[in-house]
Amino acid sequence: MSPLIETKKLTHIYSEGTPFEHVAVRDVDFSAARGEFIGIIGHTGSGKSTFVQHLNGILKPTSGSVLLEGEDVNGSAAVTRRVRGRVGLVFQYPEYQLFEETVRADIAYGPKNMKLGKEEIEQRVLEAADFVGLEASLLDHSPFDLSGGQKRRAAIAGVIAMRPDVLVLDEPTAGLDPRGREEIIRNICRYHDAVGGTVLYITHSMEDIARFATRLVVFNRGQIALDGAPEEVFRHVEELERIGLTVPSVTKVFSILRSRGLEVAEGIYTVDAAVEALLRLKGGGGNA
Amino acid sequence: MLKDITLGQFFPGTTVVHRLDPRTKLILTVLYIVLLFIAVSWASYGVVFLFLVCSICLSRIRLKAILSGLKPLVILILITGLLNLFYTRGEHLLFRVWKISVYWEGVRTAVLMALRIMLLITGTLLLTYTTSPIQLTDGLEKLLNPLKKLRVPVHELSMMMSIALRFIPTLIEETDKIMNAQKARGAEFDTGNIFQKAKAMLPLLVPLFISAFRRADELATAMESRCYHGGEGRTKLKVLRMERRDWIALTVGVLLLVLVILLRRLGL
Repeated sequence: MSPLIETKKLTHIYSEGTPFEHVAVRDVDFSAARGEFIGIIGHTGSGKSTFVQHLNGILKPTSGSVLLEGEDVNGSAAVTRRVRGRVGLVFQYPEYQLFEETVRADIAYGPKNMKLGKEEIEQRVLEAADFVGLEASLLDHSPFDLSGGQKRRAAIAGVIAMRPDVLVLDEPTAGLDPRGREEIIRNICRYHDAVGGTVLYITHSMEDIARFATRLVVFNRGQIALDGAPEEVFRHVEELERIGLTVPSVTKVFSILRSRGLEVAEGIYTVDAAVEALLRLKGGGGNA
Repeated sequence: MLKDITLGQFFPGTTVVHRLDPRTKLILTVLYIVLLFIAVSWASYGVVFLFLVCSICLSRIRLKAILSGLKPLVILILITGLLNLFYTRGEHLLFRVWKISVYWEGVRTAVLMALRIMLLITGTLLLTYTTSPIQLTDGLEKLLNPLKKLRVPVHELSMMMSIALRFIPTLIEETDKIMNAQKARGAEFDTGNIFQKAKAMLPLLVPLFISAFRRADELATAMESRCYHGGEGRTKLKVLRMERRDWIALTVGVLLLVLVILLRRLGL
């Protein structure tokens, strides 16, 4: 399959030529196909946020390029404008961008900027609110009266309403309680299943991402350190720990078991797989 | 993009200029401004310029940083220059086009004026480039201390100033973030006529104000929970002390002042 979005030798240097010069992203080659659910993991300051802000032309590369279906995202102002609607970017703490008088109007802001018709906008607002699990009765409230979790979901709906081909979420669950976190993750999975678009999900919680991503990309010092299916990436326990990331507890347990001489598979990262591996070890299997 | 604003920015360093007491630097800057306004001749401008160049070299601030600090004021400098050029009368007429006549004296004043503004800005830029905002307000508070006798709330004023200065970069960063978030939702801040542009600012200003108030609130709570109650009996973490280099710098400043006054007296 030809890639939907890709970057070629993408490099970004902050404050070039000043004492604060800092290379955030260096020579990153990355590509994502339609329908993938990619988890982007990395330590704070590993360049993952900088990287995703290139995907819709918010940041301009210092060198290298970003292509959406083969077209340079920064080719011209008109292209960049079009790309903004096709690559939806949800920033960290997106609730701080809410500004309208009602939740409805706020979610409609993106589609309105895309110059869609009134009915189309209304339909998309309802659809997006449903995807993030916001009750329709909340739509006429002021966004500032909502709870923290609801604000977060309203802000995410504001991006989903643009119906982007690529949805990028930068730590969408940061600072939420476990239940709020769970709800957001579930809603995003539901959105991904229903729409079939590409989702890029930034997090530094391995436990969260391990359960639903089809592919993991690990950033370290502005470069991609590991890239592959979760079981493949979690095979590199030591490397991940050297980078400063924790692997899921199950993976950790099994990696220790292996080092003690038990013959279990590498890269186990879900409880189900762990149960299966243990049963196989018992020689039984099947009847748990 | 907004991060590129350099006015009031601080470049950390360990050079002599960085280590000078902020009071010394403040006094020297005031002295320097006075010098600029006393200076009328090329010779005295030369002296001031030399002093500035030496300070810049000592501070190791890059020329690029200084130029980028001057950039926003190019228009102001140009307008001042042009006004002086056209409105100064003199004896030596250079040329006359329609009703506008340009005199040799006009050219001289225009150039000197433009130079004066540039030197003025560069000098003050050097102060903020080499002195952290905290040091700056500390120094200012100390210098204004005598005013406390006149019941001027010096400490409160300097605290307000530190807080304001402290939050400029934060607010700029915040503006940048919100702007990006709205751009990601298709906002355009730089197209359309003036009304459209004003309207496009709304999605930026509302979140910015809300976050500014939230921050102010949080800061007030944080300060109160650490028992902040104004300047009475408050001690400093870093006590300002005048060193030998400070006295040397001040002596140089006073000598320059004398020199420039002498030059003016002699009519050079």
